[in-house]
Order: sequence, then structure tokens, then C-alpha cells
Amino acid sequence: MAFASLGEEQDRYAIIPGHADSSLLVQRIYTDNVDDVMPPPESNLTLSETEKEILKKWIEQGAKWTDHWAFIKPISTTPPSVNDESWIKNDIDLYILSKIESYNLQPSSRAKKEQLIRRAYFDLTGLPPSIEEVEAFVNDEEKDSFEKVIDRLLSTVAYAERMTADWLDLSRYSDTNGYQDDFERFNWPWRDWVIHAFQKNLPFDEFVTWQLAGDILPDASLEQVIATGFNRNHKITNEGGVIPEEYRVEYVSDRTNTFATAFLGLTMECAKCHDHKYDPLSQKNYYELYSFFNNVPEEGFVGGGQKAEPTITLTDEIIKEKVAFINTLDSVGEITYMVMKDMDKPRQAHILNRGAYDKPTTPVNPSTPESILQFGSEYESNRLGLAKWLFSDDHPLTARVAVNRYWQQLFGTGIVATSDDFGNQGSLPSHPELLDHLALKFQNDGWDVKSILKYIMLSATYQQATNIDKRLFELDPENRLLARAPRLRLPAEMIRDHALEISELLITEVGGPSVKPYQPKGLWMETTGGGGGSTAQYVEDNEDGLYRRSIYTFWKRTVPPPSMMTFDAASRDLCTVKRQNTSTPLQALVLLNDPQIVEAARMLAARSIDKIENSVEGRIQYMFHLATSRAPNESETQVLRSYYDEELERYANNLEAAEEYLSIGNYSVDQSDIDTSTFAAYASVASAIMNLDETITRG
Amino acid sequence: MAHNKILDEQAYLMNRRSFLSKSSVGIGTAALASLFGTGCMPSPGSSGIPESAKGILDHLHLAPKAKRVIYLFQSGGPSQLELFDYKPTLIKRRGEELPDSIRKGQRLTGMTSGQDSFPLAGSVFKFGQHGQSGAYISELLPYTSKVADEICIINSMYTEAINHDPAITFFQTGSQQPGRPSIGSWLSYGLGSDNQNLPAFTVLLSRGTGRPQGQPLYSRLWGNGFLHSLHQGVQFRSGKDPVLYLNDPIGVTRESRRSMLDKIAAINDEQLKEFGDPEISSRIAQYEMAYRMQTSVPDVMNVENEPDHIYKMYGPDSTQPGTFAANCLLARRLAEQDVKFIQLYHMGWDQHDNLPNAVSNQAKDVDQASAALIMDLRQRGMLDDTLVIWGGEFGRTNYSQGTLSDTNYGRDHHPRCFSIWMAGGGIKPGMVYGETDEFGYNIVDKPVHVHDFQATILHLLGVDHEKFTYKYQGRRFRLTDVHGKVINDILA
Repeated sequence: MAFASLGEEQDRYAIIPGHADSSLLVQRIYTDNVDDVMPPPESNLTLSETEKEILKKWIEQGAKWTDHWAFIKPISTTPPSVNDESWIKNDIDLYILSKIESYNLQPSSRAKKEQLIRRAYFDLTGLPPSIEEVEAFVNDEEKDSFEKVIDRLLSTVAYAERMTADWLDLSRYSDTNGYQDDFERFNWPWRDWVIHAFQKNLPFDEFVTWQLAGDILPDASLEQVIATGFNRNHKITNEGGVIPEEYRVEYVSDRTNTFATAFLGLTMECAKCHDHKYDPLSQKNYYELYSFFNNVPEEGFVGGGQKAEPTITLTDEIIKEKVAFINTLDSVGEITYMVMKDMDKPRQAHILNRGAYDKPTTPVNPSTPESILQFGSEYESNRLGLAKWLFSDDHPLTARVAVNRYWQQLFGTGIVATSDDFGNQGSLPSHPELLDHLALKFQNDGWDVKSILKYIMLSATYQQATNIDKRLFELDPENRLLARAPRLRLPAEMIRDHALEISELLITEVGGPSVKPYQPKGLWMETTGGGGGSTAQYVEDNEDGLYRRSIYTFWKRTVPPPSMMTFDAASRDLCTVKRQNTSTPLQALVLLNDPQIVEAARMLAARSIDKIENSVEGRIQYMFHLATSRAPNESETQVLRSYYDEELERYANNLEAAEEYLSIGNYSVDQSDIDTSTFAAYASVASAIMNLDETITRG
Repeated sequence: MAHNKILDEQAYLMNRRSFLSKSSVGIGTAALASLFGTGCMPSPGSSGIPESAKGILDHLHLAPKAKRVIYLFQSGGPSQLELFDYKPTLIKRRGEELPDSIRKGQRLTGMTSGQDSFPLAGSVFKFGQHGQSGAYISELLPYTSKVADEICIINSMYTEAINHDPAITFFQTGSQQPGRPSIGSWLSYGLGSDNQNLPAFTVLLSRGTGRPQGQPLYSRLWGNGFLHSLHQGVQFRSGKDPVLYLNDPIGVTRESRRSMLDKIAAINDEQLKEFGDPEISSRIAQYEMAYRMQTSVPDVMNVENEPDHIYKMYGPDSTQPGTFAANCLLARRLAEQDVKFIQLYHMGWDQHDNLPNAVSNQAKDVDQASAALIMDLRQRGMLDDTLVIWGGEFGRTNYSQGTLSDTNYGRDHHPRCFSIWMAGGGIKPGMVYGETDEFGYNIVDKPVHVHDFQATILHLLGVDHEKFTYKYQGRRFRLTDVHGKVINDILA
């Protein structure tokens, strides 16, 4: 269209390849005439000088136009050659280094081994290595020492829990219904299934297929049906007086949007209301995709405490017999569990004018956007057909979107920085050939998640140091070249889990009903209208529930756990595949004053007192070492030592203060061997260590 | 893909300024932009303490009339027919059926759609005309009546949502479904903070006596959505710990805390020297801000030294922490400290039944203190640049929900017309704007949509709502979506 002739005389052209100055497009973006200039002033959009230059240069170079890159299936390429072959560990490095070299830069050297093992532990398990594990790795001079660490970590249940944390965001998992009185729901068995699936390394295609269509697989097992809870994790309203159909439509849209963001890396909801110029996804495409999720025998309104059909009933006996990965602790009695189901006669879907539930127009049937990949006649017109389409060998997006998220997990940012948007408004891949290389490898190696993570981690790219060279920083502030490893603040869950782990408070029980750790009093009460039943008032656990990993923390959507939200946890209202990473004063307040962390500091002190005989420096160094995975240097030790001396003097002069400080938190410890002021002084130092930037950083 | 290649190259040649002003959510980028303002990034090794927390807008689009906002949100849907929208016809035709010609098949909530009859319910409360403007205000609001000439009553508000959750979410974020930033977050993002020691967006909650077991609130109403979490509303609570985790643990003194922060900073600074990561300077700065907040928040919350005549002005409730009146007094104190957006929520306006009794109590909770806030700001010379807003998420029906008797009735939710008022900060004082039909069911003159209202708030703060966007997931988001027009008629 852009190349067609324009005007009454048909003598003008928007774009004449190779002739920028005669192209109307260029004239219109450079003109001073307010009637002609593009984009028009009323759009409130402007082009920068550089952007104008780019358009001009592109036309001069021949104005080559292809389909949107992400909709063309990945292409296998020969990795580029590089000058410094000694740096290369696997093919990933060829793609990365050739680009670094093209800017006349060098990659960073390998990270210190202490740092590297810490990085691997957090990335794969969300927990720190022990001092012994660090030492063993530092002393292991075998060539495959790092590979052995990775293999060991991938076999742990902690790995499965860490992978689950991201999947809970993507699946907008929550323990409550999310609107108005926000009643409790019981879908945590689904969370237990996700852990189980990651642990047994269920291939990604099956992992997703079961969640999308486990109920319609031939001879579906109970486990496969449980997996479909994925599509029931959306919010459900209990607000009296709503029009149920309006909300039912909202739930179907939520599933559609989640599917698009999670598996296609696309923001489809823009197409919900109307078509957009130049967007390859139309409103019709949206409602065709929507049709797959529109056949659930469900209600838009579900009163508090009522079943949100379709459901199944799980009992202790059934669980023990068929799905033993669900942790019932002692007993769960009976759980009403939400699953997916299709009605015998499909509900006819329509395009909804402006997205309004009561404005149906043209009828549509299940299909997928043809610009991505044709929905061939070999596929059933149901969610199973959709899953098969998604994992077709020719699919351009599925593998790319998935490996991009694994890359994001390991580097903080994806190869496509907008991991939630592979569309034409999203970022371009920093290394397109590498993305395709990884996508094809993932696809060809049987969608093996553990294996692709390991492959990336074995690259020299992953194993670089994080030190920022000033010149490099100015040239590449966002580190898109990856000439260094990123230095990342830990996510919310890991900050808390780390504190619990190094203080030996962590309870490693896997799965089961969600728990309620410390939370400031009254937060739920202040906002409740008196409804909500079990969610009207927060009743803190008093024993193990205080110290479980954070993926088990009860998630009330309308008032989520505040300290986790402060560290950028997703609200779980909608599918989220990329969290923010911010730095705010409220974070400092959490780490300084949250009883969870203060108690952990006390227990970290107790641990060091117990472990190290009578050496102030030795104990300080031990705590520091546990928190940062390295021994402190002399000056760091002295800074903390001086704080210890100050605190010891203060507490010795005020025993009451020492006792108060040591009374925070439910966990009691026998402190008869140590004098109170000494214990409190160590606890103060431990609290300082908990607050170090390095402590909450995966280096 | 020749064009991709060029764009790709471009990505690496970004200068520092574009890196900082970009609205990306990349690690640290947004943090630096909002903490240090555009173009003054600390060099590694410097203390990194921000000079000011500037917003993303380099310059305002318009000359601002207001510097800050106090929003007295009346949650639940206050009945406009009991407070501001005087309808003698309803009193005359009490008990008659709502004519179909008026209802026009409009959507009802599920709570009354099953009713056989929709009897018109005139208010049992008397109305009088007040001030120069002759504004009608009900006897339930005697104090508000006295400031009639300071406020602009809009009787022609309307919204799209008919249930609480979507309607409040719509008012606060411009979208019925959760996930977007609230107005306060948008303003914090755009305008930054004028106070280095307090958050730009603060939230105070109170519970009404009209319906103690009413509908709930949701902390996402003051959430930052896709904006940087520095812009989330910070709840200020009554009691010992006014901001979550603000207090030092028991047994810790200010001196020992100060010393601890110095030690932490010393060790962090060594890391900064080794790794050169600007995120470390940012973290050091955040700890300093947190430390300052530990003093500044209790200071602003400490009302002990307020003189008696002030308590008298705000009413007896104002001595009870956590009440609406006490929160109004705190709102004034926060405004004095130049907090940009002070959001109050008062719950309990959802009178489906027993309305006359319940709404009297509810009105009594808020009337004196709301008026006192206006007068107090006026006497301090602050009303001119402080925008005060009073109102809820929708109105209530002109017919009775449930049985209508001489003394009792209820009202269901009504989105098609309701009343709010605004004052100060560039709003025309002493004005009644917009009109509904004689049944108080439909708007007949000067309708004001929620997005118009939001556009007007931004306008008063110097921001053009159409130019103030944030790109997220491939789309440019606005508080007002693709709608909204400034209500020029009510601007001073």
C-alpha cells in the first residue's frame, strides 16, 4: 500500500525505494507545514531527528519490507565467527561475542567462583549456597565443576519451587477470588501440581497442553484435569447486583489475554474493542481465539463461599491414591477444586462491539490469527486443537517466547526486552539469530526445560563478571550487548527466603494449603466490608507457617502481602511475565523493621554464636559469609566490628533494650550460654548484614 | 530486514539522556529517572543522594492552578438525592411508579432488576438554598452549607459502571478492570514530589457509621499499576506504626539506627567502587530517604500541638485517630508539607435499605470536617493552590429499593447522574454545575463523565491529559484512555 501511487493524478508515491527525497513520506515528516506534517500534531506524537533519519536511510537503502519478524518461523543459522575464540564455551557465545566485537569491545572475564555459584543457586533454586558448597566449588578444579553444580541444582525440589514462582505470576494464581469481598478459593492443589511438573521436568509442550486442555485429552488422568486449573485462576466476582453475563465475558477475555501474553507473547486485548491500522491482529482474530475459552459451563456471579463450577471434589483418599503430589499435610477433608470443562453444545461466540458483553455482532468460530499461523483443518475446534496448533513445528512464536523468558530469568532482561510483547510495538530482539538458535534447540530437544537452562548457563556469556566498566556503561547502559553479566536485585520471594535460609528458620515442607506469615495487624480489617468470611481478618500462623518459602504465602488479591508488593511482586490480578525491578525507601523499611527479617537476623546471630567459638571477628565473618557467599575483607570486618562494639556497650548499659530486641518474633531459642547484651549486639550486626546491598543481590 | 538492522544499531547508540528519560521498565532505568530527575545521574562514587525527586515531565503543558490535591473519596455511592440534587417533583409524586419514559430501559443492578415496582422516593430531608449562589444543599450538611460559596457542586456527574468494584476502580484509575495506575500514581510519576521526606502520594482510610458492615476497599485502588512502584500510594494509618514498617524495632535507638545506616552505607560504597553499578548509589539514597521518613512521618502525624480551636473546627471526632475528621486534619498537615496527592477514603455510603437513618449518620461523619478543611485551607492561604474533591463512585436511584414507607426506604446504585463537589485550586467557587431532570434520573444539561473529571484534575495541575502517556505492552496508556475533555466552565 505504501508503495502505491497517490493523488488525483496518481503521480505521487509515499515511498519510492532508493529515492528518499522524492518520497512523500519523507517530505511529510520533514515539513514545517502544520497541515501536512506527520505524525499530525493532534496525535501528540513526534518523531525525533534520529527517527526521521532512520526512515530516510531505510528508503535510500531500498525500503525493504517484510512481515513482522516474530511471525516468521525461526531460521537456523550458522553461528558467526569471532576473533577471540578462546572465550567461547558454546554457540551462544559466538552470537554474543561477534556483536560485542563489532563494537570494538571485549566481554568481561569470568566471575569469581563464589559469585558464580551464588548466581546459579539463586537463578535455579531461589536460595543461597551454603558456605561448604561454595568452598567445595571453589576448590573443585575439574573442568566440569560448574556443570556438576547445575546438574545437582536441577535435581532439587527447590528448583521446582523457584520455577513455580514465575509460573504463579504468569498464571495470575491467587488464594482469593479477587473482586469486592474477595472470598477465599482453594486452588492450591494446582500450585502443587506445577511444582510436581517442574520437578519431574515434564516437557514444556505437555506442561502447557495439560494446562490448556488436560480435560479433553484422550483418557484424561486426574492429574491432567487438575492441570486445567490454570484457566480458572482468573478473578471471579461475588458482588451482589452484577450482571452475570458481563463478568462471564470478562473471564473468557481474561483467559484469552492470558493465553496470548503467556504463550504468544502478544497483547491481544488491544484488539478486543476494535481493529487498529497496521496491526496484523484483528478484532475478529481476538474473538476467534476467545471462542476456544467460551464454552465453559460457568456462572459470571459466584456468591461468597459457593462453588465456582465446573469443579471436581478432591478427598484425602483420592489424593493419596491418584495425585499424591498434592500435600494434604494431615488431612484436607474435602476440597472443591475448579477445573475446565466444555459444554456439550458449544456456546456461539460473537465479535463484541467495543468489547461490550451486550453488543454481539458477527458470529465467529474457534480459530487463530492467520498472520501467525493458519489454524489448519487437522486441528480440533477446541482447546486441544489450540494446544496442538501452539506446538506445531511451524509455529513462529511458542518456542521463542518461552526461551526468551528463560533468558530473562537468567539475565534479568529477555533477548526481546518486552517479554510480554513480541508484536510490532514491542522491542526488537537484541540478538535475533541467537533467539532463533535457542528456540529451535528447545523445540528440537523435546521442549526440555532443564536442558535449555543448563545450556544457557554453561555459556561464557552467563558466567561473566558483573563489574561495570565506565566506558562500557556509557555506550551500553542497559547492557543489551551483554559484555558483562547483569547485577540483579533478588525478587521479593528470594529476599525473604534467603533471610529464612541463612538463619536456619526455613521450613522446607513442599506444597499444601497456603500459609500466613507475619503481617502488620489490621491490614485486612481496615478494608473489609465485613464480608469475605475467612479473608475478612488475617489470622497469622504461629509455627511452621511463619517460615515457609514465600511461594506458599497466602495471596489475597485485593490486599496482597505488603512486604512482597514493596519488592515488586506481581499483584496477580492479570497475567504478568515481567516484574518491575525498583528501588524505594519502603524497601529499606521492610528490611530494617519487618519482624520477619529482624527475627531472622536474631537467628542468624544465634547460628554464628553456636558455630564459631568465642571470636567476635570470626562470628561476624561467618554471618557475612552466609549472607553474601564470600568472606568479608578486612575493612568490611572492621566496619561491622565497630558497630558490634557500639551495640555491645549500648546493650550492656541497657539490658532491657537488649531483651526487647531479642524478643521480636515467635521463635524462641535457648540463650542460657550467652550473655544477653552480647547476643543482642550480634543480632544488631546481623540486621546490618541483612540490609547490605550485596545480601539482596544475586551478583 | 534492513530496517530492523538500523533500528537495532540505534538501540546501542542511545545517549545518556534518552536512557534516562525513556519510559522503559528496564532495570534501574525508571528508578534513576524518577529519583534523580532527568539528566543528573550521579557518577559512580558520589553519594547519590537526590537533590529533588523530579517527575518525568520536564515542563508542564499548562500553567498549573493547583499544586496539590486532597481527594475526600466517599466510598459506596452517596445519595445525591439526600445531599445536593433537590427534586421537589419526587416529593410530590412520592410512591408513584417511575415512568418508563424516564427509565428508558436502562440497566439496573441485579439487586433491583427483579422488583415488580419502582416507587419514586422523594427525600425525607429538607433542602435550603445557601450562599450567594443559592445552591441547594440538604439539612444533612449544615456545615457544608456554610461554605457553599467556596465550592462548586456538580450535579451532572455520570459513570459507566454500576457496581462498586468496577466503579471505584474506574474513578481512581480510568479503567473498570484492575491493573492501571491510580490518579495519585500518575501525578507522582508526572510531577514528582515537592517534599524529599514524604511520599508524593499518601492514603488515609476511615470507616463510616452509616453502614459499618458495608462494601470493602482494595489496596490496588492506590496501586501504581504498570508505573514504577515508587509511585504507589503509601497508606498512612492511625496508631503507632503510621506507615508499614516505619518504626525501629523495640530496643533500637535512633542513634544506633543512624550508626547502622552509616556502616551499611560504608560497605555498600565499597561495592559501588568495585562494581560501578549505579543501582548501589540508588540503594544508599533510599536508605537515607527511609531514615528521614522515620522522622518526617511521625512529625506530620503528630497532631498534639494543634490548637483547640482547630479541633473545634473539625469537630469532636477529630480527636479520635482514624476517623474521617482526624484524617481531614491530617490531610491539611500533609498538604502543608507539599505532599502532592492526599487521598482519603471514607467507607459506608452504600444505603440499599434503611437509608434515612443510615445516611444521616454517614453525613454527620463527614460534614463538619469537610467544611472545616475548606475553611482551614482558606485561612492559611492554601485553598487557592490546593484542589479539594468530595464525592463517590456513583449515585443512587430515585426509586426505592425494597418497600417505601413514610419514613423509610432504600436506594440502589445509579450511574446515570450523581453529585460531587470540588473546591480551591483553580475551581470556580460558589457554583452549581449541570442539571438532571425533574425526577433526578437523567442528566439534561452539561453531563460530566468520569474521564472529563479526571482530565480536569490533570489540567488544574498543569498537565494535558492527552499528552501524558506511558507506553506499556506496546500501547500508550492514559489516565483518561482515549476520552475525556476538560470542563472549562468550572475553571476559575
